[in-house]
Amino acid sequence: MRLIANKIFLVFSVLSAVIGLSFLAWILITLFIKGLGSFHFSLFLNDLIDGGLRNLIIGQFILAGLAAAIGIPLGMAAGIYIQEYGRGRYASVIRDLSDIMMSAPSIVIGAFVYAVIVVPTGGTSGFAGAIALAIMMIPVVINTTDNMLSLVPRELREAGIALGASKYRVILDIVIKAAKVGIMTGILLAFARIIGETAPLLFTSETSNYFSLDLTESFPSLTVSIYDLANEPEESSRDLAWAASFILTVLVLIINLTGRFFTRNKD
Amino acid sequence: MPVMKIKKFSFTYPGVDHPSLRNITLPIEKNKITALIGPSGCGKSTLLRSMNRIHDVYSGNKYEGKIELLDFETNQRNNILDIKKENELIKLRQQVGMIFQKPTPFPMSIFDNVAYGLRIAGLKNKTELSDRVEQALKDGALWKEVHDRLGKSAMGLSGGQQQRLCIARAVAVKPEVLLFDEPTSALDPISTGAIEELLVELKKDVSIAIVTHNMQQASRISDYTAFMYLGDLIEYDKTENIFLNPKEKRTEDYITGRFG
Amino acid sequence: MEKIFQKLALSSASLVFIILVGIFLTLLSSSKLAIDEFGFDFLTNPDWNKEVVIESDVSNTSIVSDVESDEIIDENDEMIEDEDEMLFDEDDEDGAETKTIYGGLVPIVGTVLTTIIALVFALPIAMGIAVFLAEIAPKNISHVVGIAIELLAAIPSIIFGMWGLYYFAPIVSDLVGGYQVSLLTAGLVLGVMILPFMAAITRDSMNTTPGVLKESAYALGATKFEVIKDIIFPYSKTGIIGSIILALGRALGETMAVAFLIGSIFVLPTAINSPTISIPVAMANNFGEASGLGESALFYLALILFVISFGVISFAKMYFLKKAN
Repeated sequence: MRLIANKIFLVFSVLSAVIGLSFLAWILITLFIKGLGSFHFSLFLNDLIDGGLRNLIIGQFILAGLAAAIGIPLGMAAGIYIQEYGRGRYASVIRDLSDIMMSAPSIVIGAFVYAVIVVPTGGTSGFAGAIALAIMMIPVVINTTDNMLSLVPRELREAGIALGASKYRVILDIVIKAAKVGIMTGILLAFARIIGETAPLLFTSETSNYFSLDLTESFPSLTVSIYDLANEPEESSRDLAWAASFILTVLVLIINLTGRFFTRNKD
Repeated sequence: MPVMKIKKFSFTYPGVDHPSLRNITLPIEKNKITALIGPSGCGKSTLLRSMNRIHDVYSGNKYEGKIELLDFETNQRNNILDIKKENELIKLRQQVGMIFQKPTPFPMSIFDNVAYGLRIAGLKNKTELSDRVEQALKDGALWKEVHDRLGKSAMGLSGGQQQRLCIARAVAVKPEVLLFDEPTSALDPISTGAIEELLVELKKDVSIAIVTHNMQQASRISDYTAFMYLGDLIEYDKTENIFLNPKEKRTEDYITGRFG
Repeated sequence: MEKIFQKLALSSASLVFIILVGIFLTLLSSSKLAIDEFGFDFLTNPDWNKEVVIESDVSNTSIVSDVESDEIIDENDEMIEDEDEMLFDEDDEDGAETKTIYGGLVPIVGTVLTTIIALVFALPIAMGIAVFLAEIAPKNISHVVGIAIELLAAIPSIIFGMWGLYYFAPIVSDLVGGYQVSLLTAGLVLGVMILPFMAAITRDSMNTTPGVLKESAYALGATKFEVIKDIIFPYSKTGIIGSIILALGRALGETMAVAFLIGSIFVLPTAINSPTISIPVAMANNFGEASGLGESALFYLALILFVISFGVISFAKMYFLKKAN
C-alpha cells in the first residue's frame, strides 16, 4: 500500500543520512585514534629530518598563504567585473569558464604549472606550487564574490549613484561592504580547500625534509609529505603520516568551521 | 518660476519598441511639491528617474525632447539630456537627489551615511563635515533620535528612521531638487505621517517632485499634481484643481476610484 | 580612477580565459611528441613503457624487457652494476634496435570504471541524504546534518586515501575477496568523496520547488514519498541530473585517494577487484622520473583527462545547471 511505500522510502532516506554521517564519524575517529596515538608536542618543534612536522606545517601555510595573496585579489576583481561591469556575452562566458575550472582536475593544473614554470626555471620551487594553488583558488573566489554581490539589492547601488558617486566608489564603498560577510566566508572556505591539496604540489614544489623559507627551491609541504611517508615501508613513517593527517584535518576543519561561523546568523 | 522644465520628453527603455513616455511637457516649480500620480505602469517612476538620469546606470536608453535644469549660479537653463561626460552626470546628481521606495541605508555608521555624499564631493575638513551632518540630520527630523549614537550602524534603525536617514543623506549635499519615488509605501502610517510633515518643511529649501500611488497623500502635501496614464501626461494643474475640478474625464475617473 | 578600476577588473576576469586556454595549449604542445609517435593508437594500446624491438633484421617484434617490473637485488651495489652491464651487453649482442612504446588504454579504462563505480555507489545514498535534508528532517536537524555532510566534503582527499587504505580496504577485501587495493576499493572511496557534493546540489535543487506546489499535492492527500516522487523530483530534475554529471566530472580528476587505493599497476582489470591504474594516478606516480617520450605520454594522458573533464562538466552546466541571472 501507499503508506508502506512511504514508510520504506522514509526509512531509506534516514538510513542514507546515517550512512553519510557514519563515514564522516568513521574517518574522524580513525584520525583521532591513529593520529593522537602518534602525536607528541615535539612534532611542532622538529622538522621532518628530525622526525617532526614543523617545517611541513609552516611550509603548507606559506604556500597556501602566498596562493591566497595572489588568488584573492585576482578572484575578487574578476568577480566584481562579472557582476558589476559585465555586459552581455563576455561576462557570462567568463562566469561559465570559471565555474568549469572549479571542477577541473587538480593534477592537470599541476602538470600545466610544471610545463610553464618548473621546466623553464630548471626545477621545482615553492613559487610554482603556490601558483598552482592560486590557479585552483581563483575560480572559487570568483564564484563566491559573484554570488554574494548578486545578493546586494539593486536600489543600494542606485542610491549611491543618485548621490553622485562614481561606479567604482559605489562598488568599493557600498556594495562590497554589504556583501562583506558572505565574501569572507567564501574566501575562508576556499583557503581551507587549497591548504589540503596535494596533487597540484606533487611536481611543482614537491616537498622538503628541511625547514626552508626559500621559495625558489623545493618547498616543504605537509600534504605531499604525507603521501611520501605513507609509501615508505617503515612503521615509524606511517605513524608520522597519521599524525600529520590528523593535524591537517584538524586545521582544515577549523578554518572551514570558522568561515561558517561568520554567516551563522544569515538564515 | 520653474526650476526644471520638461519639454516634449519621450523615453524608450533599451530593447523595447514603443516608448514608455510620450511627449511629456511639465514644469517643476521652485520650492513647491509636485506630485506625479497615475495607475501602475503609467510611467510616473520612469519620468522621475529621468530627472536625475539614473536610467543611465543601465545602457541603451533612448531620449527625445529636453529636460532643462536651472543652474542657480549662472541663471541659465541646461538640457540635462545632453550630458555625456561622467563627471557632469555626477554633478547633476549632486544637484538633483533621489530617495527610493525601499529605504537604502549604506552598510556604515549613521554619521558615515550622511557624510557620504559630502566626502565623495571632496569635503574633508572634520569640523565642517560634522556641522553639515548635524544640520542635515536636523533637516531630516532625525537628529534628536540619533545624535548620541552617530557611530552606530545605520542598519540598526527602524524602517521609518532609515528612510529619514536617506533623506538627511540626500539633503546634506544641498541639492536644488529632490526626487521621491513612493517614499512611504514601505512604511507604517505613523512613519508615513512624519515623512509627509518633513517634506512640507523641506520645500522651503528644495524643490520636490514626488511619485505616489496614494492619492490622499498627493492631495495632502503637494502644490501641483500631474496625472499620467499609459505613458502620456493627461493633466497638470494646481492640486486643488486636479482633485476638486479635473478637466479631463480620465483624471476624474482615476480620482474617484473608477480604475487604477 | 574609474577607468583604471574597470580595466583592472576586466584584466582579472580575462585571466580566467587566458589560463584555461593556456592549459589546453600547454598540454597540447607537451604531448605533441607522444601524439606524433602514437596517434590514436594511444587510446587503445594497453602497453605502457614497454620496449619493443623495431623490425630490422629480426623477423618479428618481441618483447625484450619489461622495464616497469625490473627487480634488482639490492644487497650489493656491485651486483647492480654488473647486471646493468649485462643488460647492456645483451642489447648490443642482439644488434636489434628497441623503442619504448606507451599506450594509455589501462589508465583510461581505470579512470572511467572507478568513476562509474563511484557513481553507482554514491547515487542512491546521495539522493537519500538530499531528500532527508530537504524534506524530512526538521529545520534545525537539517541544518546541523547539512553542515556535517559539507564537512565530509571538506576533508582533504589524501586523508580519504589514508583512511581508505588502512581501514576501508581491508573490509572490502574481506567482503568481496581478492586484493585490498583494487578498482572496487578505489571506486567505493571515490563514491564516498563525491557523496556530499551530489547531496548538496540535489538538496539545493529540491529546495527550489515552490512551496505552493508541494502544498497542493499534500492537500490532495498525497504521502511524502508521493510528493517527492511526483512533484519535487520532476520539478528539480534538471538540477539533479546536473549534479550527477558534475560529480562525475569531479570524480574523473580525483588523484590522491585513488592513488592509495587502486594498486598503481598498468594492467587491465580482469575483475572488479583487480588492481589497476587511473590517469591521475599514472601521472602522480610517474611524473617525477619521466622524461622525453615518457613525459610526453603522461602529458597526452593529461590532455585526454582535461578534454573529457571539460566536456563532461560543460555538458552538465550547459544543459542542466543553467543559472538564472
